[in-house]
Amino acid sequence: MSSASFGTANEDNAHLSRNESKAVRRRSLTLLGSLIRPVRARFWLTIGAVVLSQAARVAGPALIAFGIDHALPAVRAGDSLPLVFAGVAYLAAAVVAAGLTALYVTWTARLSQAMLLDLRVRVFRHTQRLSLEFHEKYTSGRIIARQTSDLEALRELLDSGVSSLASGMLFMAFTAVTVFALDWRTGVLVLAAGVPMYFLARWYQKHSQIAFRESRVVSARLIVHFVETMTGIRAVKAFRKERENAARYAELSEDYRRATVRSINLNGIFQPGLVLIGNVCVALVLLTGGFRVLSGGLEVGVLLALILSTKRFFQPVDQMAMFYNSFQSAQAALEKVSGLLEEIPTVRPPKTPAALPHAQGSIDFNGVEFRYGDGPVVIPRLDLHIPAGQTVALVGQTGAGKSTLAKLIARFYDVSAGSLTLDGVDLRQLTTEDLRRNVVMVTQEAFLFSGSVADNIALGRPEASREEIEDAARAVGAHAFIMELPDGYDTDVNKRGGRVSAGQRQLISFARAFLARPAVLILDEATSSLDIPSERMVQQGLAGLLRGTRETGTRETGTRETGTRETGTRETGTRETGTREGGTRDAAGGLPAADAASGPDAAPAAGRTALIIAHRLSTVETADRVLVVHDGRVVEDGTPAQLIGDGGAFARLHGAWKDSLV
Amino acid sequence: MAKQSSFFTSISRLYPHVRPILPRLVMGLLCALLASVMALAIPQVLRVLVNESLKPGGSADAVWGASLLILALGIAEAGLVALRRQFVINPATTVETRMRVSLYGHLQGLTVSFHDRWGSGQLLSRAMTDLNFLRRWMAFGAIMLVVTTLTVVIGVVVMFSMSWQLALIFLAAAVPIMIYGFRFRTRFSKVARRSQDQAGDLATTVEESVHGIRVLKAFGRSREALENFNEQAEELRQTEIAKAKHLATFSLVVTLLPELALGVGLVVGILLASTDQLSIGSLVAFFATAAVVAAPVEFCGMLLAMALTAKSAVDRHFEVMDAQNTITSPDQPRRPAGLKGALSFRNASFAFEDAPDKPILKNITLDIRPGETMALVGITGGGKSALLQLVPRLYDVTGGSITIDGVDLREFGVEDLRTAVAVAFEDTTLFSSSVRDNVLLGAPDPGSAEGRDAALEEALDVAQAHFAYSLPHGVDTLIGEEGLSLSGGQRQRIALARAIAAKPAVLVLDDPLSALDVNTEVLVEARLRQVLADTTTLIVAHRPSTVALADRVALLEDGRIAAVGTHAELLAQNSHYRYVIASLDAEPRDLDSELSALEDQSEEISR
Repeated sequence: MSSASFGTANEDNAHLSRNESKAVRRRSLTLLGSLIRPVRARFWLTIGAVVLSQAARVAGPALIAFGIDHALPAVRAGDSLPLVFAGVAYLAAAVVAAGLTALYVTWTARLSQAMLLDLRVRVFRHTQRLSLEFHEKYTSGRIIARQTSDLEALRELLDSGVSSLASGMLFMAFTAVTVFALDWRTGVLVLAAGVPMYFLARWYQKHSQIAFRESRVVSARLIVHFVETMTGIRAVKAFRKERENAARYAELSEDYRRATVRSINLNGIFQPGLVLIGNVCVALVLLTGGFRVLSGGLEVGVLLALILSTKRFFQPVDQMAMFYNSFQSAQAALEKVSGLLEEIPTVRPPKTPAALPHAQGSIDFNGVEFRYGDGPVVIPRLDLHIPAGQTVALVGQTGAGKSTLAKLIARFYDVSAGSLTLDGVDLRQLTTEDLRRNVVMVTQEAFLFSGSVADNIALGRPEASREEIEDAARAVGAHAFIMELPDGYDTDVNKRGGRVSAGQRQLISFARAFLARPAVLILDEATSSLDIPSERMVQQGLAGLLRGTRETGTRETGTRETGTRETGTRETGTRETGTREGGTRDAAGGLPAADAASGPDAAPAAGRTALIIAHRLSTVETADRVLVVHDGRVVEDGTPAQLIGDGGAFARLHGAWKDSLV
Repeated sequence: MAKQSSFFTSISRLYPHVRPILPRLVMGLLCALLASVMALAIPQVLRVLVNESLKPGGSADAVWGASLLILALGIAEAGLVALRRQFVINPATTVETRMRVSLYGHLQGLTVSFHDRWGSGQLLSRAMTDLNFLRRWMAFGAIMLVVTTLTVVIGVVVMFSMSWQLALIFLAAAVPIMIYGFRFRTRFSKVARRSQDQAGDLATTVEESVHGIRVLKAFGRSREALENFNEQAEELRQTEIAKAKHLATFSLVVTLLPELALGVGLVVGILLASTDQLSIGSLVAFFATAAVVAAPVEFCGMLLAMALTAKSAVDRHFEVMDAQNTITSPDQPRRPAGLKGALSFRNASFAFEDAPDKPILKNITLDIRPGETMALVGITGGGKSALLQLVPRLYDVTGGSITIDGVDLREFGVEDLRTAVAVAFEDTTLFSSSVRDNVLLGAPDPGSAEGRDAALEEALDVAQAHFAYSLPHGVDTLIGEEGLSLSGGQRQRIALARAIAAKPAVLVLDDPLSALDVNTEVLVEARLRQVLADTTTLIVAHRPSTVALADRVALLEDGRIAAVGTHAELLAQNSHYRYVIASLDAEPRDLDSELSALEDQSEEISR
């Protein structure tokens, strides 16, 4: 397999070299084969139904002939039995043919839908499995193109192709036998027509392959542009990009039209070409047969039968051309889909996983090096120990490598060298379930999925009860605004009144993390869009979460009060006050202590490890430890007080931040 | 019958698009008709030729003549097939493309509230799948429907000419077919529509799953996402199968009834023939014709299904096309000469379209002087972003008005207005093109390459986005859709640079520095202050540091402007303001100890 066209690498190229073309075709056919395999029983059943219904159909004319040739004289002779037979048999054949037709129409749909569902789910699962590195290069529009228009091409093939191919082949085979039975020389002549047809098909295949590939490439481009415009419509409008966009889209649409016309026109030569070859063959049969009739070598009646059969032999050629056309189109589409499926996730689940159901949360970087792909080294050799329960703040300039460190711990990427362990187990040996249960990352982009607010929070722990969801929302101070939405927690985030601001989205995504209650929590600039009162609430909640104590529930109302009260600002969200308060509330029995998921890991003193990236140093101040990162290296390491005392980079940052608060 | 008219009303909406290509469609139709006539004629001609001119000992010329005639007919048939495609394909794709482009144009024009409601997957399925289908229907389905209907009608007339009794029996089958056809139409249309809608929703789910991939990965929820997708895909599968079942039942009826009628006809015909009420020749000819008619009748089911699907595709298309763009330029746009940029809110109120009873902003009255920088402060979800979006008319006020230099925003040409106003949003949307193109997107054209470079350089400098120069291809590096390969802070700076490069009279910034680290923020602010000196600016602020950029601050509370003043004034007078903006650590003890520690340090350093 040539590596140049491996996966999605050469996706935009429609003109492949012979070897590459062969490789992608093979890949595409393998995919098609693997889709058929699980449903092959149904596949053959469907074909069986098609064949039988054709046979029942053929019985009709035969029965009419029987009726006229035998039943009619019999009736005249006073015997009505053959007539009854003919009538009943005709009706029976009709019922069988119609019933089988209905059956194969349904079965074809079942077959094609089963294959489509299989492929859809496969593509979806695979795109979910692919690492972020891949997604950062491959746009969402392309994946959508693969999932929509490419699958549509396969669907066309499956919906129309199977029955027309089967019935067409059967019909041709049947007629060929008749022709041979009548006269073998004509039979040979008819078969000889297969030679030019073969060459025409080869020609068509060669050219249409390119045309269909182009069409796939261009349609993906069209879709990518469309999706980008619609998802970024605010910016499009605000910066008056409409006109430029319209011109670009018109251009792409025209490209797409041309590619479509090209493929259709090829078929426009192919299909009439086949008809023409068939008709020429009929004329040749007439010519050769005619001379044999003249010389007395052939009876006129036989010649007529031969010519009519030959004509009939070529009838399904139309359908076959259509089938081949959709086949080519589907194959080009599957080339792209199989390329996507061929991409190997760089972050892979382990072959022999190590079990780690309840991590303590100690993290170790052992000689870790990291680079994106073959790029320059981003993190040069790092050794770092973060004990369980520690709250670590990562500080440094934008682009210093803080987020990269965080993403390594969340295993969005794998280390290039060395190892990264959680409780002494290499991250690469953890199953996805174990890893994600223990390590959760909240990013700056707080994405909400269609569905209710509750659904979005429940993403943190799908089995959570409504009460737990609300507790999590309360803990981060999101409860109040959620209750003000038209349907509270059941408000659809895309529908009526469900619009939430960026800050509110961040609160919801925080609530997700709270609900998840992981051993290691990573916050990557997760509070950037929050206003100060909200951040304050999040911090109080956070302090409780990190301590591992229960202090959701009444928390928010508490802060709301203190917040609006003049003196409220004095009460800061430091960990001490937070936990003390939470503790007393718990002691007062304000809340039921049952929490199914946190049960095992809420063992005594089981705090959570936290990694916080925030340029608002308010969060940083409450950390146990600060790491100052510069060019991928940890240049300062200590408690906030120590670092301020040392007068290094952190002290300068801290100073600047203090100034900014005035 | 209302349903039937609705089919034709729907399809007739295609007429304006189809009109220019109508002659070619008719030509295509004629070719298709001729081709099928030719296909039917060839066997008849053969029969005649073979029976008449070919006899043992006949002339060779007759054989040649007959063969050439058949060859000519064969070539003509193939030619007509090719010609039909020639006539129809190109124009049909042109119509498809035109409809696609006009759909896209219309969508771009529609308001943001429209896009809030519609998932991009639904829109995409309309632009691609539906229009592809319509094209195929126009080029093939519609023509074949006419050809088939004509064939059946002609066939039935011929059958009548052979035996009216038998033809009547055959025609009797048509009655239940028609009746069932109506039921089929209603049911099938419903299912077809459902399947199209579900396919659109499925596309939306795919899109979300990719855009939200980070969240799904961070929480390890890919399996749940897959289950959800699987469920939806399964629903679509069920719908498609339900659709196939309707079609299958209809095919059953359409295949069975004529055949049953023919079965009865066979018995009756033989009985008639036995009493010499019907000649054997007519009997044979009748069934020969019936065999020709049967295939198109069967085909009808498929073609009808196609037509119904096309109808719902048209409905879906016009559902979007009928949506009115409510934010349009007036007939005679006004444009104040020499924009100064005095931005005034006059009793402005705003409620989202779908929740008119819950106004987000109530009676906002606020004057921002030309060149002034006004910070907007309020709690999360308080309507700050909504207020900003009113300025470039992404939404329209639902009450009161907003003016620039005394001219109501709605009196401006929309494009003029958006030239005068530039925005940097909370969610930074970058487009998949180079950094250069992204930054200069809204910038006035200085006319020269140097001018453009200078504008780019300045904007990047103000936004402290110098990192752009060290990208692999510098400012010509292609950044992905939504700038996915850049960090949050980097994207925010590019978006800020874009707003600055537009050199607007009014600049609207939605918390533009939130993702920046403190050092960078200080640098950006220093440069921004220079730039903002003569630009009217409305800036949403969550931090005192951002407020520091502003001359005055407006406090938004419960959808109203609660107070306007300088930072110091509000801090002293307004408790809500203090609540919203006051720094997190107000514990004097901490501050003191840290400050003294800091002072010690700085003393040490300075020594």
